[in-house]
Amino acid sequence: MPWLWMLPALLLLATFLVYPGIDTFRRSVLDARSDGFVGLDNYQAIIENPNPLVADTHSALANNAMWLVLFTAVTVPLGLVLAVLTGRVRYEAAAKSAIFIPMAISFVAASVIWRFMLEFNPSVGTVNAVVTEFGGQPTAWLQDTGAPQTWLTERGPDEIPGPVQLNNLVLITVGVWMWTGFALVVLSAGLKGISTEMLEAARVDGANEWQIFRHIIVPTLRPVIVVVTVTLLINALKIFDLVWVITGGRFQTDVVATLFFKQSFINRDFGAGAALAVVLLLAVVPLMLLNIRRFQSEEAA
Amino acid sequence: MSLGVPVPAREGRPALGYWFRATWARLPLHAAVIGFAVLWSVPTVALLISSFREPSAIASSGWWTATVDTLTLDNYRTVLDQRGMGRSFINSVLITLPATALVVLVASGAAYAFAWMPFRGRGLLFLVVVGLLVVPLQMTLIPVLRLYAAMTVNEELPLLGGNVFGINSFTGIWLAHAAYGMPFAIFLLRNFFSSLPRDLIEAAKLDGASEWQVFWRIVLPLSVPALAALGIFQFLWTWNDLLIALVLLGDPDLAPMTLRITNLVGSFGSSYQLLTAAAFISMALPLVVFFAFQRFFVQGILAGATKG
Repeated sequence: MPWLWMLPALLLLATFLVYPGIDTFRRSVLDARSDGFVGLDNYQAIIENPNPLVADTHSALANNAMWLVLFTAVTVPLGLVLAVLTGRVRYEAAAKSAIFIPMAISFVAASVIWRFMLEFNPSVGTVNAVVTEFGGQPTAWLQDTGAPQTWLTERGPDEIPGPVQLNNLVLITVGVWMWTGFALVVLSAGLKGISTEMLEAARVDGANEWQIFRHIIVPTLRPVIVVVTVTLLINALKIFDLVWVITGGRFQTDVVATLFFKQSFINRDFGAGAALAVVLLLAVVPLMLLNIRRFQSEEAA
Repeated sequence: MSLGVPVPAREGRPALGYWFRATWARLPLHAAVIGFAVLWSVPTVALLISSFREPSAIASSGWWTATVDTLTLDNYRTVLDQRGMGRSFINSVLITLPATALVVLVASGAAYAFAWMPFRGRGLLFLVVVGLLVVPLQMTLIPVLRLYAAMTVNEELPLLGGNVFGINSFTGIWLAHAAYGMPFAIFLLRNFFSSLPRDLIEAAKLDGASEWQVFWRIVLPLSVPALAALGIFQFLWTWNDLLIALVLLGDPDLAPMTLRITNLVGSFGSSYQLLTAAAFISMALPLVVFFAFQRFFVQGILAGATKG
């Protein structure tokens, strides 16, 4: 009887998620056209990076790692600080909406917004207008593969792409713009759950606001902070749309998911694409286990 | 920065000097909050203002120099009439509404079984469903595309257009969106359903109500906030999707707005008068939905991120 209630849902999940997942594993050990068995060659190619001009796997892995670390390390603390700050003003709802709006719009619209903001011509692009207003040089924010510190000094066309590229930092900043609202809203709701008596008691005892933040708010909010962090880590690993619509992975901004898409749908190498997808899935598994463990402990509680 | 200066109690009348000192001390706080809110809004405001400017003005001067009397609706006219945005707006609606309804319908049935119908392996199966949340969507596209290619019914669907099923069909993309939204939907609804009072549901069953009656008469009416939250989420995801449409809908007559704008970017990369107007048309409905249902929206995030 319960199976009847779940049948449509299970059918959809099996067809669109479970079967394709298994099929991807199978294709990752087959050749480009999924005809012949090639063993682990596709995985070896990811490690050895034989064609960096066609598909630079090393750059994609490094960029994805940077997304994982920087995107999360900026968005979570920023959301937390904003949650504390907005909670103390009367126009809390309006301020939170302003920061949350980017979550409601599509990556496509966001890409139009940011291509326009970052336009090279300083009389059109807002960011370069501000930069030149303060005496700086207009910058090709999305194309510039140089290290960010050289931005302050001088730039040349023959610059070697650094491990940290300016254009990747810019893309991650756009990601932060889109996702801070999510962190803010969730953390702010958690904040409302902290009893005001506890905070007042600490104040009466002479704790300053930093001590309250550090020793009461952060420890009490820990479970919520973990939820937000795990969600953002998963999103950073799977990041696709934002990079795809803004740079298309050009100028060495590819991440694993965009490279997968290129290999599968443009270069028509299904084996190489599938191997990248499997790498992505394996990277997400520890986070998934973390999620499930958290979920089970909540169930038990 | 001073964060929490004692705020004068609401009752009683604090002296003016005290009020002044308190406000002065809170100035950095206001500056920070307003500063962030403005910083976060500037890009969207820039887009909105530019979409009303003359093409020549956009190409030669910044949006911050615009004055009210130079604004025009021409860009919107061009985009809607000549660039197929009107048709793709309708396509977006035709894709999004049924897909959203399908998710809510199918997921609520499954979530009810997970919450209130004990059976062997229930916990494990639920964990598997939740685990599917992290499967990268791109990974599933090739197998699904092949499946659809084999199952495509090359006849026109009455009323809506496109194929009856498979590639280039509304029915095909509805099912795909419904499936991809399913793990989150079941997760959210099951958590909400199982937080309903047990006594109520058991009393109804003792009185002889069938599972269907309990579901339809008790669980669903009590879960309107969760259903609304889910509906809004699914609406936004489907409306904002590019990837699935890119792969499953090749026919330009069926393209939703995200796909149409992406093509505009490809062919008119720096014609910002077209791009900004098109982008704003695509944002209008999500923004209306967001502001109208903000309360549910936040609830939905909370139900999804933390339990209950």
